[in-house]
Amino acid sequence: MPENKKDIISRLQKDILLWQGFTPPMAGKARGIGLGPLELAFPNHVFPTGNIHEMLCPTPEHAAATSGFISGILTSLMQNGGACLWVSTSRKLFPPALIAFNVEPDRVIFIDVQREKDILWVMEEALKCKGLSAVIAEVRDISFAQSRRLQLAVEDSRVTGFLLRNDLRRLNSTTCVARWQVTHLPSEPEDELPGVGFPRWQVDLLRVRNGNPGSWNLEWAEGGFIMLDEKVETILPERLVAV
Amino acid sequence: MMNKRYVSLWFRHLLTDRLALRQPELKDVPFVLVGAERNRQVVMAANHLAEAQGVTTGMAAADAKAIVPGLQVIDYIPGQADKLLNALGEWCIRYSPFIAVDLPDGLLMDVSGCAHLWDSEHGYLKAIVTQLISKGYDVRGAMADTIGTAWAVARFGREKPIIAPGRQMEALLNLPPTALRLEQVILDRLQKLGFHTIKSFIGLGRTAMRRRFGDDFLSRLNQALGTEDEPLQLLHPVEAYSERLPCMEPICTATGIEIAIKTLLEKLCQRLQGEGKGVRTAILRGYRVDGLVIGAAIATNRATHHVEHLFKLFELKIPSLEPALGIELFTLDAPKVEDVEPGQELLWSAEGCGLADTSLAELLDRLANKIGAANIHRFLPQEHYWPERSIKTSASLKEKPATPWRTGRARPSLLLPRPERIEVTALIPDYPPMLFIYKNKVHHVKKADGPERIEREWWLDQGEHRDYYQVEDESGQRYWLFRSGHYTGDQSNQWFIHGFFA
Repeated sequence: MPENKKDIISRLQKDILLWQGFTPPMAGKARGIGLGPLELAFPNHVFPTGNIHEMLCPTPEHAAATSGFISGILTSLMQNGGACLWVSTSRKLFPPALIAFNVEPDRVIFIDVQREKDILWVMEEALKCKGLSAVIAEVRDISFAQSRRLQLAVEDSRVTGFLLRNDLRRLNSTTCVARWQVTHLPSEPEDELPGVGFPRWQVDLLRVRNGNPGSWNLEWAEGGFIMLDEKVETILPERLVAV
Repeated sequence: MMNKRYVSLWFRHLLTDRLALRQPELKDVPFVLVGAERNRQVVMAANHLAEAQGVTTGMAAADAKAIVPGLQVIDYIPGQADKLLNALGEWCIRYSPFIAVDLPDGLLMDVSGCAHLWDSEHGYLKAIVTQLISKGYDVRGAMADTIGTAWAVARFGREKPIIAPGRQMEALLNLPPTALRLEQVILDRLQKLGFHTIKSFIGLGRTAMRRRFGDDFLSRLNQALGTEDEPLQLLHPVEAYSERLPCMEPICTATGIEIAIKTLLEKLCQRLQGEGKGVRTAILRGYRVDGLVIGAAIATNRATHHVEHLFKLFELKIPSLEPALGIELFTLDAPKVEDVEPGQELLWSAEGCGLADTSLAELLDRLANKIGAANIHRFLPQEHYWPERSIKTSASLKEKPATPWRTGRARPSLLLPRPERIEVTALIPDYPPMLFIYKNKVHHVKKADGPERIEREWWLDQGEHRDYYQVEDESGQRYWLFRSGHYTGDQSNQWFIHGFFA
């Protein structure tokens, strides 16, 4: 019976997702984080909060675009007055910029550590703290075992973590739920007005556990993400190698 | 009110004992310390060998030399007794927290409630005295309900050194009047009147005694008998919030230290909780067998009496505590204590708790103890347009922005710590550049906003103003550039990059 087989497979898939920690959204609590169709790429069509995301930002420009994209996500993560931790060794983030993404900069706590190895210690401690909405850390190097420790910490506390990887030569496999890269796109002037338009990014979901990688073009305007192109491109393997 | 018990220790040869310890060759020869007094060379201290041959303190040095042939004479250094007694008092803290120096040659200890750890008062006093004797000091000790009686019995007592509670009068009766710590004038007068023991005058009427010997005399007598209080000048002023944990066996393992810290914290926190207070700073001290004191201090971001949390803070410090041969006594002081705000956990759900959350404050405490509180920042807006000064760091989690965050002007997501010089091609004055070279890469400017002129605050610093442009290159990357000062035509060293936009 082909229908029966399909049913069994889809049920098994749901079970596996459940064991992997992807709980289906509660009936009343289903709410997106404002990424629109992008969220469909994830299992259960829900952006996985309470997980660790890896963002590739090889250049300062990428880092700037990524910080904008993360800030947009933080807006919804930090609802109900949540706080957020930003860990790095050489912080360049300029807090007043966050206000453009509806994040109050005074609710972000910056931890500036001296040594690279302290970052992971701080991140792990912070991820264990249920009182935080999100933890963002700029790391150069993380081993598989270290990423697993972080994963264990978030599984208990359901805090969302973001790892900003600024050295792509040291990229390795990690337990992170998704790997992203955010790149600038030329903006379109609005109504033929001169000057710089709203920020636009090409968001590549390079790798996602139990989901579908893809590439989307987003614009941040009027306090929310706007999907520019409904068409979802699947990323070819050679592009994965290229980044 | 607990019954008070005091111990008085008398170092009979304090200075000479110390010298004999320093210079072992002096141990078996008679020697004296000689200092100048009223233009005379006077014996200030003599060791027991010299005393056995008839040398006494206050004797002229020449006389002493005449009595004892071959007497070693050593210079007396003023102030040494004080220093030495302070050091001995520090050492004695393992027996009681309340130690006072009793110049010129003694220590006073408030030992109320301390003796039970040594089974009995007898065992306690014996432990102190034998320890000091084994260190090389000729010491006598006595214990009584009052400082005065303990002092008297330590110096003049002939029988047992421990005076049972309430028996001061009997202990004093057979002692000479000197035992009451009286002034020389009064002593002379008593001598003249034939009062050779306390017994002989204690029956006199109070008014008669006051008339003949003055108020001081009566107050000394009352202090010895326990009808008048006598304050102690303590070596270590008592912290209001302090706990002690003496150990039967010296502790030398990390596990042992952990248990000790937990025990102390539980005691301290129970008390703090009852009073609605919490710890802001706490100091742990360990008194080692070899006489050194080791310690660790912690601080918290908000007052807390949460044992688990405080223990976690100390746990990070345990590796730095070196027990060596063992730690005999732990003390925990909380010099800074504040009122605890009533718990707010209930107001915040686990999903979205903010800065007021206790678990966040506890996390920050842990981080601060490991990486230093100076590395944790929170930023608030400041009333300055100059970008570097537009934010200030805030040390407190509770501080709210005094002014709202500015939203009018675009600010870059990343700001370089200091602006970096770039090469530009700008054709028209006060227009954004057409292209710029940053880190050997040419960026063609496609779109630009600006200029936004930001003047220097002349009352803070001097220099050129900046004209900021937000520019976007051909691939959509956005930069914050500025020209320092007015357009001069020669743009070689005027242009800087200061940030990256999202």
